[in-house]
Amino acid sequence: MLKRIAIRMAAIVVTILIGLLVSATLVRMAPGFDSDEHQLDSRLSADTIAALKADKLANRNLLSFYATYIAHALHGDLGRSSALGTPVSELIRQRAGQTFRTCGSGLALGCGIGFLFAFATGIARASGLDLLFGSIATLSLCIPIAALALIFVLLRVPAGLAIATVIYPVVYRYARNILVRTLSMPHVITALAKGSGPIRILICHIIPVCAGQFLAIAGISVSLALSASIAIESLCGIPGLGQLAWQSALARDLPVLVTLTALIAVVTILANSLSDLVPPTVRSQGS
Amino acid sequence: MKVARAIAVAVLLVVSLCALFAGKLSSPDYAFQYREVPDAAPSSAHLLGTDDLGRDRLSRTLYGTRISLSLAPIAALISISLASLIGGLAGFLGGWPERITMAVTDLFLCLPWLFLLLIARSLLPLNAAPLTSVLITFLTLGLLGWAAAARVICTEAREFRTSDILLQARATGQHGWRLLTMQFVPRLRPVLFAQFLISIPVFILSEANLGILGMGVAEPLPSWGSSLRELESFSSFSGEWWKLVPFTLLVLVVVSFQVLLSREEISL
Repeated sequence: MLKRIAIRMAAIVVTILIGLLVSATLVRMAPGFDSDEHQLDSRLSADTIAALKADKLANRNLLSFYATYIAHALHGDLGRSSALGTPVSELIRQRAGQTFRTCGSGLALGCGIGFLFAFATGIARASGLDLLFGSIATLSLCIPIAALALIFVLLRVPAGLAIATVIYPVVYRYARNILVRTLSMPHVITALAKGSGPIRILICHIIPVCAGQFLAIAGISVSLALSASIAIESLCGIPGLGQLAWQSALARDLPVLVTLTALIAVVTILANSLSDLVPPTVRSQGS
Repeated sequence: MKVARAIAVAVLLVVSLCALFAGKLSSPDYAFQYREVPDAAPSSAHLLGTDDLGRDRLSRTLYGTRISLSLAPIAALISISLASLIGGLAGFLGGWPERITMAVTDLFLCLPWLFLLLIARSLLPLNAAPLTSVLITFLTLGLLGWAAAARVICTEAREFRTSDILLQARATGQHGWRLLTMQFVPRLRPVLFAQFLISIPVFILSEANLGILGMGVAEPLPSWGSSLRELESFSSFSGEWWKLVPFTLLVLVVVSFQVLLSREEISL
């Protein structure tokens, strides 16, 4: 178990380092990276413009930028936002709580409703329920997240509900498929034949087998929630990390973009590793 | 289910035909500004009214449909070509090429799709000419959307590599290019087609998201994304139903694609 966790952690660290390098490379290679709009400001003196150019040139060498960034990051210095002029760590600290609250409530609600509807459909085996919940899921999947955010702003509905609407269809579809497969397994059929109630079947015979897969769905949902938070926070005017990502993308704010990429990669990889917490023997039975 | 599929095909056909004959069904100049009637309600001259710049909304919706509906399949084709090349080769070769390719694919997949798209799109010029912005938007979608399909194709290719069919084909003297075209490609074709179909609605929705966030197709060119930006100035759902037509059309088309993608095709 410990060895498995250690290997997984090493893989996460390597993935994050590669992700950082790739994102820094992409940002560095973007057209117009070397230029700064302030250099065109006629009020600035030649010395100031030269200082601005020198500052840009300091980031020219990708590997040196990357090495410096890692060295500073290890000391807790994530750089300074070029657009907002504030330390990146400060920006993230100010906004992480808001995103955590929005995504957390959305995740709890979306996963809760998704699993509940999937259990209801699977246990009751009612095609009418399946059609109703399935149709709601399909419709939710067919609306752009950004349009959904605008509609929810108009309806004055909390942003968490918008994130839940994005998460619900994925959770419902996957959970329903897993449940239908598990319900046809011999031990569940035997338990049903012996007269076990739906709650007992769920707790004693389904959850122990499907726990890993359910955790994997929850892991995917974290990535979805973060993705949705970009559009929802930007359009709903919520000062979270999603809004920061959007503003930094528009302003090509290299330090913020690189740090956010690393942060989001860490969160999603850790979330996707949730299913590894379940012992493999139980997971293999489920699969 | 058959009825639902027939309706979905009919919807896609009608919408495609309307987009194709946009010039005949509405004003051929989608950018012309009728300055005397800005933000007008539907009338006989403008069936869906005009936007705040006085441009005919029906014309912009139909031309926007044409752009979104024609370029999303092209972006899907690019991404599936990339996915089949990367995933197909990795699965067929196996060993360390497969491990490295799948690690890169996982790296791509670990970042949320909209975040990845936002970063990539922001690195390219945002104030580009309208036509360039269309190419940039859909090329970005096509070049970044390969990872999920590559995983599926790699699994299929791996199964083929270890199958008896390949062994038999080799025993009959098929090697190299012949093996690839006679055995490998026909085996992958259903998976490629399913992945292509799955990608189209994903790219339509992604373009709409980018458009609403102001990073999609540039004005005055219309697209579903840019048409949906109008929702930002919307104050209520009552009264101005005509402003919701592009949104309804987009949802209708994406739902039709979802209906067409049966569970069997998705599970491939």
